Amino acid sequence: MPNIVKDPRLLLLVAVVLAVVAGMGADRMNPYYSGVVIDIGIAIILAVSLNLINGHTGQFSLGHAGFMSVGAYVSAMITLELQKSMGPDALPWAFLPALVAGGTVAAVAGLLVGVPSLRLKGDYLAIVTLGFGEIIRVIFQNVEAAGAASGLSGIPRLTGLTWTFMLAAFTVYVVACLVNSTYGRGFIAVHDDEVAASSMGLNPTRYKVTAFVIGAFFAGIAGGLFAHHKTSITPQVFDFMKSFEVVVMVILGGMGRTAGVILAAILLTLAPEFLRAVAEYRMIIYALLIIFMMIARPQGLFNCERKKKPLAVKP
Amino acid sequence: MSKPLLELENVTIRFGGLTAVSDVSLKVGEGELIGLIGPNGAGKTTVFNMITGVYQPTDGKILFNGKPTAGVKPHVLTKSGMARTFQNIRLFGSMSVFDNVRAATQLHRSHGIREALWRGRSHHAGEKEVEDRVLDLLEVFSLQDYRDEPATSLPYGGQRRLEIVRAMATQPKLLLLDEPAAGMNPSEKEDLMHLIEFIRKRFGMAILLVEHDMKVVMGICERIAVLEYGVKIAEGTPKEIQCHPKVIEAYLGASATPIETAHA
Repeated sequence: MPNIVKDPRLLLLVAVVLAVVAGMGADRMNPYYSGVVIDIGIAIILAVSLNLINGHTGQFSLGHAGFMSVGAYVSAMITLELQKSMGPDALPWAFLPALVAGGTVAAVAGLLVGVPSLRLKGDYLAIVTLGFGEIIRVIFQNVEAAGAASGLSGIPRLTGLTWTFMLAAFTVYVVACLVNSTYGRGFIAVHDDEVAASSMGLNPTRYKVTAFVIGAFFAGIAGGLFAHHKTSITPQVFDFMKSFEVVVMVILGGMGRTAGVILAAILLTLAPEFLRAVAEYRMIIYALLIIFMMIARPQGLFNCERKKKPLAVKP
Repeated sequence: MSKPLLELENVTIRFGGLTAVSDVSLKVGEGELIGLIGPNGAGKTTVFNMITGVYQPTDGKILFNGKPTAGVKPHVLTKSGMARTFQNIRLFGSMSVFDNVRAATQLHRSHGIREALWRGRSHHAGEKEVEDRVLDLLEVFSLQDYRDEPATSLPYGGQRRLEIVRAMATQPKLLLLDEPAAGMNPSEKEDLMHLIEFIRKRFGMAILLVEHDMKVVMGICERIAVLEYGVKIAEGTPKEIQCHPKVIEAYLGASATPIETAHA
């Protein structure tokens, strides 16, 4: 681990090269499998970015699907517009800018939601972010320009293995670097004890909003990838269940544990593919899983040691 | 008296109908060690919370470095040179001893997201500087052997010590200690007194000590202010305080005789 911390740039480079190589082989792959692999990449981006908010900074957000939908709609509207005006040739070049635009609008939404609501703690913040996710969904459902209830369709299929995994690697890199810097210590300090953090000169609001905005940005990017992977999106896709799915990944992987969360994202994307027979009961299984995790392994499935040790002596 | 670093002018705070602190004035000069004592519920911690910006006084004002602190957020006050510890220990539970101190040390190091992401030379240089400062501090307070232990695995006295080190890491001009001896056994209290005296000698900062334990306060403070029911009833040297009739009444009841010298 220390080497990764020392020069994570090298690792990012390796990951990008791997993503490009994988992308070259993707044409020969069974489209079902490559589709699932892309789903995994998107899930990794979502889970790792939510982990920055829920895990490291300890601000329980249930609005990740909301930010994802903002990124999905914005980027899809951009590429659809370009397809109409400039034809399909220009699209591959416009893909990354469209994704970044989607991420940026999602980040702005994150800022607008975060600044007032991050004064709230715990359950209250969860409720506000949940409400935000629903509001966004209802807005998209009623705006004609966004296709209202029928959503957007005919979105160009631009999301490939290369883009997905380059962006997933970039997300992991950004989160890992932030966590291993003064920012990360700030996030974790705020997570552990806000009052103590502020009396050590750390501005809790600043750290919370930073984590929230960066998390929202990557959720937006993931939404853009999602839209250009499925080629049609409706508001119903980004409902509370989607947010909940990402929350389950974070809890299963272990709050604040990036590697565990990546594993959980892979596992929870693959599992429904193998368990088609019980797909109807998925949400029941998730709920039971969370209850079980909270009781048996609050530190996550893939962590060996307990994160929080109790005080040696209670004052 | 030297120029006051901290000045409370007729500070009052009311919570609804309850006047928790009433008309308290207090001055702490640079490098002074002042004790603030009083029976349970006298308002000591409330005074503390007003100084550190957690509560805003209803009336009166507080000056730190000659500047009013009204409306200034706690983290900004810390930046301007005021650090505190907590009555019930508030360490960063999921961090190591080292990271607890590092989180407080980085206060004076500002860097942007770009630097954190690019991981260039300036990033590493900045991190190294912070790390060196943390190691120095841990060594001075003989915590270096526990640097990688989880902060909460330290024994109680060690956690108190770490909280003080963490406050010191912000390089304060004024250190506020909120009942540091609470829950300690006599030998830990002894250590604590030495620690406080050591900090003063070595770093020369002003210290305001809120304490319950008479022995600790009488042993090391130059000047003591006594609160009872939110009102300052006495202020003076430990000697004067020990024979002050109002203090004796507050602590022991009206008919008691002066306290035996409680010197350590």
